[in-house]
Amino acid sequence: MELDARFFRREAGRLTAALTRLFGVHNLALAEDVTQDALCRALEVWKFRGPPPNPSAWLMATAKNRALDVLRRERTARTFAPELGRWVETEWTLRSTVDALFAAEAIQDDQLRMMLSCCHPRLPEEAQIAVVLQVLCGFSVKEIASAFLETPAAVEKRVTRAKKALAGSKTLFDLADAGELAARLPVVHRALYLLFNEGYHGASPESAVRVELCQEALRLVALLLDHPSAQTPATRALAALMCLHAARMPSRLDDAGDLTPFFEQDRSRWDQTLIADGWRLLDASAAGTEVTAYHLEAAIAGVHACAPSARETDWGAVVRLYDALLALRPSPVVALHRAIALGQQQGPEHGLAAIAAISGRERLEQYPFYAAALAEMELARGERARARARFREALALARNPTERRSLERRLAACDPPS
Amino acid sequence: MSQFVFLYRGGMPADTSPAEMQQQMQRWMTWLKELGEKGFVKDPGQPLERGGKLVSGKQKMVTDGPYAEKDLVSGYTLVEAKDLAHAAELSLGCPIFTYGGAVEVRPVAKM
Repeated sequence: MELDARFFRREAGRLTAALTRLFGVHNLALAEDVTQDALCRALEVWKFRGPPPNPSAWLMATAKNRALDVLRRERTARTFAPELGRWVETEWTLRSTVDALFAAEAIQDDQLRMMLSCCHPRLPEEAQIAVVLQVLCGFSVKEIASAFLETPAAVEKRVTRAKKALAGSKTLFDLADAGELAARLPVVHRALYLLFNEGYHGASPESAVRVELCQEALRLVALLLDHPSAQTPATRALAALMCLHAARMPSRLDDAGDLTPFFEQDRSRWDQTLIADGWRLLDASAAGTEVTAYHLEAAIAGVHACAPSARETDWGAVVRLYDALLALRPSPVVALHRAIALGQQQGPEHGLAAIAAISGRERLEQYPFYAAALAEMELARGERARARARFREALALARNPTERRSLERRLAACDPPS
Repeated sequence: MSQFVFLYRGGMPADTSPAEMQQQMQRWMTWLKELGEKGFVKDPGQPLERGGKLVSGKQKMVTDGPYAEKDLVSGYTLVEAKDLAHAAELSLGCPIFTYGGAVEVRPVAKM
């Protein structure tokens, strides 16, 4: 049987979540060891004749047996999960308690608990994301570092710090505490949003890596959607936003792995299933009184997703949504996107004027897409020389070969066809 | 054709990531499958557990085995090859070399 390429990684996250619940969050390192051990055994055994018919159950049983050994051996030397207390202390209840913890629904909740615990508001966002990726998604420090173009030492430091905070928190997040959950959700949303964005717009030159980050964000947001207290309108809006953006991924990269500008994308390659999911979630998110930035960003992505071409897009609606987003969360990047939409609706002169009016515009100057946006507008109004100069500025700021090649192609497009 | 045993020594380093483990497993399966399709595999063999006992001496002393990680036999495969040189050549594609392991190639004695 053929395993999904993410199988080991995903199972690692599931096992560690269940084992941490069993051992207690202060024994996270022990849980990770048992997970690693189970995966090693799987590798050793499966490499000869392939994985068994139910590889997930096999891994689970292996980890469970290892966990029982550890609990029996170290019951007197260590304290395990305080909330399970006596249930794991006596042989009478040990096995049934462990069995219950490894049931599918329990593991689903364990992952949610772990995610909420990792997204502790006192941790910097990049530490939250790094520890979620390591503990819940099975990425190694080296893999996270290469996805974020950082040194393994920097990521290691972040993960260590986050795990220390996690271990110090004594217990995992309590899903039954509705007040705490409501307070923690925005932090989790933000971390997942940043994770998704890193995948979508990120610096890693390898598109496969970035796709994986987006997929992880989608999988983690689905954990929130599945839980009655976590499936809030904001959660749905965030999930809608991810679906509607992810739908465009197949057309963002051409066969050579180069970025295709939004306006040139082949829309027949957009994923219609994801678009339908996104719209369904966006509809469901229109409840309650709060309109979050996720609602607005999802709605913008929704307008694009249902437009037959860039030209036939309801740019007026896009501008209005950006106006609302700016009112909610003022930022030069959002203002730049609004100006681009305005340029499409009313013409490049208006777009350029809107860019000139952005407050905090100097903060955009290191962002390659700022110069590129100016270049596109100059090109649209026939100022080829200015467009070329702006594209060269953008090129000098490009963060990876993919961005560079895409900008080089736009630069070449400034020359009149001979 | 004669029979040979491949004894695999050494395992993955402890800090191997889940994704790397899965790739490694895939490489092993592909390697064994290709050897099998060429008719060189008599029996893909079995993995061996890490723990064990060593029974030795006249006193039949039973001690906990094994041994240094790198010498540990982690599994075996029974292959068919023309001669020892050919068998050794067949082992060259084994993924164990990428993580510092070794393959011991031993002819099965003919009765």
